[in-house]
Amino acid sequence: MKKTGAQILVDALQKEKVEVVFGYPGAQVIPIFDVLYDLENLRAMMDEGHLLDRLRKKELFFNDLPRRRAMEELLKKTGAQILVDALQKEGVEVIFGYPGGQVIPIFDALYDVTIPRVILVRHEQAAAHAADGYARATGRVGVCLATSGPGATNLVTGIATAYMDSIPMVAFTGQVPTPVLGSDAFQEADIAGITRSITKHNFLVKSVEEFPLVLKQAFYIARSGRPGPVLVDIPADVSRASLDNYEYPETVSLRSYKPKLIGHILQIKKAAAAIAAAKKPVIYAGGGVILSGAHRELRALAEKINAPVTLTLMGLGGFPGDHPLFIGMPGMHGSRAANAALQETDLIISIGARFDDRVTGNVDHFAQSAKIIHMDIDPSAISKIIKVDIPVVGDAKQILGELIKFVASRSPDEWNKRIDSLTAGGIFTYKPSESKTDIKPQSVIEALYKLTEGKAIVATEVGQHQMWTAQYYKFDEPRTFLSSGGLGTMGFGLPGAMGAAMSHPGKEVVVVAGDGSIQMNIQELATISLNRIPVKIVILNNGWLGMVRQWQDLFYSRRRSATCLRRKPEICGECGGVNGCKRAYVPDFIALAASYEISAFRAENAGEVEQVLRAGLAVDGPALMEFMVIEDENVFPMVPAGKPLDAIMLEG
Amino acid sequence: MSTHIISLLVENRHGALSRIANLFSGRGYNITSLTVAETEDATVSRMTIVVAGDEGILEQITKQLNKLLDVIKVIDFIDRPIIERELLLIRLDVSKANRREILDLCDIFKARIVNVTPKSVTVELAGRSSNIDEFVGMVRPFGIREIVRSGAIAIAKAKE
Repeated sequence: MKKTGAQILVDALQKEKVEVVFGYPGAQVIPIFDVLYDLENLRAMMDEGHLLDRLRKKELFFNDLPRRRAMEELLKKTGAQILVDALQKEGVEVIFGYPGGQVIPIFDALYDVTIPRVILVRHEQAAAHAADGYARATGRVGVCLATSGPGATNLVTGIATAYMDSIPMVAFTGQVPTPVLGSDAFQEADIAGITRSITKHNFLVKSVEEFPLVLKQAFYIARSGRPGPVLVDIPADVSRASLDNYEYPETVSLRSYKPKLIGHILQIKKAAAAIAAAKKPVIYAGGGVILSGAHRELRALAEKINAPVTLTLMGLGGFPGDHPLFIGMPGMHGSRAANAALQETDLIISIGARFDDRVTGNVDHFAQSAKIIHMDIDPSAISKIIKVDIPVVGDAKQILGELIKFVASRSPDEWNKRIDSLTAGGIFTYKPSESKTDIKPQSVIEALYKLTEGKAIVATEVGQHQMWTAQYYKFDEPRTFLSSGGLGTMGFGLPGAMGAAMSHPGKEVVVVAGDGSIQMNIQELATISLNRIPVKIVILNNGWLGMVRQWQDLFYSRRRSATCLRRKPEICGECGGVNGCKRAYVPDFIALAASYEISAFRAENAGEVEQVLRAGLAVDGPALMEFMVIEDENVFPMVPAGKPLDAIMLEG
Repeated sequence: MSTHIISLLVENRHGALSRIANLFSGRGYNITSLTVAETEDATVSRMTIVVAGDEGILEQITKQLNKLLDVIKVIDFIDRPIIERELLLIRLDVSKANRREILDLCDIFKARIVNVTPKSVTVELAGRSSNIDEFVGMVRPFGIREIVRSGAIAIAKAKE
């Protein structure tokens, strides 16, 4: 094969993997430039992505018009393709969605790619909760996608759930095309308006030109500072429009948003001094510890100053549940030890917690002799409920890292003895069942803890079962307890667990549910079954909306209005209402699971609990386990709403 | 309860006003008045909000406003001398008998007559909101047909 000298040179350049030649033509090198002009050679030297990148940066230019046009075509992207590209660049591996008219272009673009994977849910609410569960389990941004109008409004509960618990999430919604916006078009809803107060921020994308920057900002806002959900509303014409010279922004900066991460050193030193002066310090930590990944620093601080640690519902897993300094959750269904510690302490060291009403009880009687150090990334959380003495604004991990350097070690003393006396018999206790057959709901959680060796990711719905899980499953690691704390959303647990399981956590994923709340998003059994998502479903079936029934029994003269999940008494003609009522119950969860092709097991008496748990946990794939627990068990301890923490009821 | 003037610099874009108004309604804060217009920078609007509430509420409002992505800066004017102005347009019933008296009052308050008909007079007055309150109180007996107030705006006094 004959080659010219110029061809030999280009061949050598290729073999030496030279990517670019800088040059200037002239008479004597025309033959060489002529060979270089053969773009197929150039193309061979570079992968397409690289080529496009250089084209974009205008480092390459084609004189040849048809070729230039072809290259420009490659640089064009539609709004839908831009979205998919942004998802990939943001590292999104899975999105939960439901198609509809205005998002067909987006689903069409997703059809071309394997990443992100699209999980088709059976109701948009579940898409939002699944994205949220994924985010809680991983710390990464969860993503969901729904169509305009009803698709978007169905996301609302899920978005509000994420907002209340500061979960990073981006929700994409389709919208009617911009020319008909505001005309009450078919499936039009002003979702940006609707979600304004339940998102950290939201966007209505008016043109494809602004779309790349909006996407970059959306992910940045969702995950930075105090995280939260961001909604991006995308009119269908924006999805379809194409943009020349698309480029995903590499950096983002917003003049109106600069989260403060570094705690003020003087405030940190003040906090250290207050700790040194305290006789009875207690650490009160919340979801901020999980969100910032400050669990190691928290443990180091607690051990250095030997202070007891109480964790809010959102904070569970932020400090080992079996650590000798752990005293359980505070507040309404908190432990005697935690509530007594808060009332007796002279210094509350609050880290990423927000003095929620479920924690403080009556604010006027809360921790009256205590000084309060409050570390929080959100300045508006400080002194919102309780007047704080030493605020420190910043990221918990950073602040604790600094604080540990300045605090002096403290040895266990009288205060620790006092705390130990409160936890001596166990942080939470319940009376075992009097009969050998009755199943106490708490015992199911204890057995679950034992059989999963405390290593599972446990999601919950909302109600009594949620509190029992928080009390009796001792969470050791962050991001293993997933529960709707702030909004208290029944229906979160099943899809939330589904989202967590999609992140391949290398852990068993369990959802603990009541027989009421499991039915709020029961349709997701289809998603779980068809995608073989390995979620283990534990249902504590007491036949009641148990938490409300508990309030009715304690504070409403046992008038059990609309809380019984069995056939109405006027239909069956009798109402004992408590244990032994054999009125009809639907659904039969075992038969229901079978219809979804999910293995299911039921325990009717105490002797079967472990056996059923073992069988369910052993299933490769999803499984449902139903426990027919006693009907009238209540959650204790309990501080009645609006009462001081001292008014704690240890049992009914 | 006392009133405070909060001055905001906000992104001049779609949704910003609604987001701020939403914050007040959602959290149960009361707006006495709100004005908004472009600043010297067309991408930035100035919003002046007069709110009623104690210092704790004011602090929360300031913090919550700061949290909004559209808000660039919040100035609460606490401990800072300010120049405050509000514009009033008011239409009063007049008769031959009271015309002179109304004109005298306008003179005293340095208000300007901007429109006159045989039965009415329309007056413009710029000043502190408290001045405007006083003027409105004085002319009320003559019969007020219509009042339009702009709401207060404020600017900090220049430092020496």
